[in-house]
Amino acid sequence: MTTQPPKVLVTKIGLDGHDRGSRVVASFLRDAGMEVVYTPPWQDIAAVVKLALEEDVDVIGISSLATDHLIVPKLMRSLYAAGLQDIAVIVGGIVPDADEALLLEAGVAKVFHPGSALEEIAAEIVRLTRARRELNV
Amino acid sequence: MNQPLDAGRLSERDTGLERWRREYAAGADSDKPARNRSGIEVKPLYTPQDWQGDYAAALGYPGQPPYTRGIYASMHRGRTWTQRQLIGLGTPLDYNARLLDLLAQGASAVSLIPCNSVFRGYDMDEVHAELLGTCGVVANTVEHMDQCLAGVDLARTSCAMNDPSPFTLLAFLLATAKRRGVAWRAISGTSNQSDYLSHFVANHMFFRIALPGARRILTDHIEFCNRQVPNWNPMSVVGQHMQQAGATPAEAMAFTLASAIQYAEDCRARGMEPDAFLPRFTFFFDISVSLFEEIAKFRAGRRIWARITRERFGARDPRAWRFKFHGQTSGVDLTRQQPLNNIARVTVQAIAGILGGLQSLHTDAYDEALSCPTEFGARIAVSTQNILREEAHLTDVIDPLGGSYYIESLTDEMEQEILGVMAQVEAAGGMYAAVEQGLVQKMIGASARGFQEKIESGEQTLVGVNAYQVEEGKSERQALPTPDPAKMQAHIAAFKAYKEQRSQAAVQTAQERLAAAAGDPQQNIFGRVVEAAQAGCTHGEICATLRRELGFGQPLVTV
Repeated sequence: MTTQPPKVLVTKIGLDGHDRGSRVVASFLRDAGMEVVYTPPWQDIAAVVKLALEEDVDVIGISSLATDHLIVPKLMRSLYAAGLQDIAVIVGGIVPDADEALLLEAGVAKVFHPGSALEEIAAEIVRLTRARRELNV
Repeated sequence: MNQPLDAGRLSERDTGLERWRREYAAGADSDKPARNRSGIEVKPLYTPQDWQGDYAAALGYPGQPPYTRGIYASMHRGRTWTQRQLIGLGTPLDYNARLLDLLAQGASAVSLIPCNSVFRGYDMDEVHAELLGTCGVVANTVEHMDQCLAGVDLARTSCAMNDPSPFTLLAFLLATAKRRGVAWRAISGTSNQSDYLSHFVANHMFFRIALPGARRILTDHIEFCNRQVPNWNPMSVVGQHMQQAGATPAEAMAFTLASAIQYAEDCRARGMEPDAFLPRFTFFFDISVSLFEEIAKFRAGRRIWARITRERFGARDPRAWRFKFHGQTSGVDLTRQQPLNNIARVTVQAIAGILGGLQSLHTDAYDEALSCPTEFGARIAVSTQNILREEAHLTDVIDPLGGSYYIESLTDEMEQEILGVMAQVEAAGGMYAAVEQGLVQKMIGASARGFQEKIESGEQTLVGVNAYQVEEGKSERQALPTPDPAKMQAHIAAFKAYKEQRSQAAVQTAQERLAAAAGDPQQNIFGRVVEAAQAGCTHGEICATLRRELGFGQPLVTV
């Protein structure tokens, strides 16, 4: 089981459509051997929860460039309500410091800011996947 | 023996060049070729041998085709660029206060950026309240537009509306003008970013209606404005989105020109005269920090457009040949690390745009990689323009780099690169078809990935990111301005009350007429949008009707 590569959902929730970051990250993770589920922007929170459940992803990566991170706490509550608290959520993009604290408090595993290395993001996903699978064994 | 004078000079020069080559080879760190962002190899030195073009044919004089040296005879000597800052935050009253402040500081035109909910086609009561007004002003009705522009003389102030199809913001502006007794003929400005293809491929913000519908609405809007709002620029072709999404400067210019050809062909197919619509075409570009490359990009773009308008479209009016553009400094080049460094980056980008001959400029605030710009950041961005215009002597000489061996050679090479990409698009059946097929999206994605890899490998240095890092305390970063929740709640309550109080019969009639127009190619959809705005319809209602009639379009996203 642990030999399976991490499975990651890369998506955007809310209103913003700037998707350069999510596309670059998704293509890098795929080339790094991970299984990537990618969606276009503007997903409903309910749709993300459903997709995460159906695809049994290890990690959800939310890209936010224009304040959509403000509804990530709502996503976290929906995931918990669906019993998916074992799925790790990471957020990448433009997140002011004060808001980062709010996201971490809401249960987000990690926030990546502009300038983060792709390798660093991949390493974190591997770590989070391992933790999830150990939990579920 | 007497040699002819010229030959003597040439041989002297050659001796010098040989010597320079030897000495350069001995002193150069590496013989690894330097390439610009468009992939063009640049040499360490340019000499008369590198540019022997025909001055009149390739350059000409400012204000004369092919406009390589600028589209107006007097350029920035006559009238400096328009200082147009994008603003928008919170409620219409917040927007109005910020706008009047910027105008008092020297900004010379209005630019309105609406909330993301507006971009997405929704009213304020249809989306997560947390997201309202965080990135733009929440304007959904003619009332809101009137509030946004209180104290602004509409007959004298150019208004750029960052207006998603179906151009409801312009419709609200025209309705506001009617209320104030200002003739539509006196209204000037631009439907900023009306280029739906660029949104479809690169910046999925304005995008709501499926491609065929978006295509028709744009052409209807151009036709309507040409007739009824003759000083309005309905067509803003946008290279900015594509370059921000990762296209190289040459690709961005090529896709923009290919899009402009597509829109002009669509207008022509409608029976419109190129000399009528082309003078109202404008362009909007990203300006990266790659200084000389950007200058060459703009010079090459002007030259190609002058050729296309005359040869392909047979335009005879010189106003149709002029490549008018607005430039925005590149936000993607800005870093979250050591954010004050961004002031230096924005300055270099702005200089590139000014020397490249722009007509209008937005300088980014240094804090864009942290949040939506603070008022402090926006003020420095305006000051940067003031300093460049008033103190730096940048505007004393027109096209000051013209005649530089390097710039002229690079302008030619960029032109070839741009023409090559345009030929690929043309071979795919034009821009509309190339976007439908995903070709453009794939090319942009590959370039974005390539650039990121250069940063990761260290081949491209980013100060503060992959080199010259310093420890930074979080306190150095400013707090994010957020809309006042109480004001936003009051705004929503007033909006709901407005919807109750308006004439429901008028709203229903306008909606029915709009739906009928969508189903009838003989009618002008935008004309019906303007009627609906005057009847009290909201942005979300107008969009919902058109989405229902013309279909929602999901972008074709490739990874």
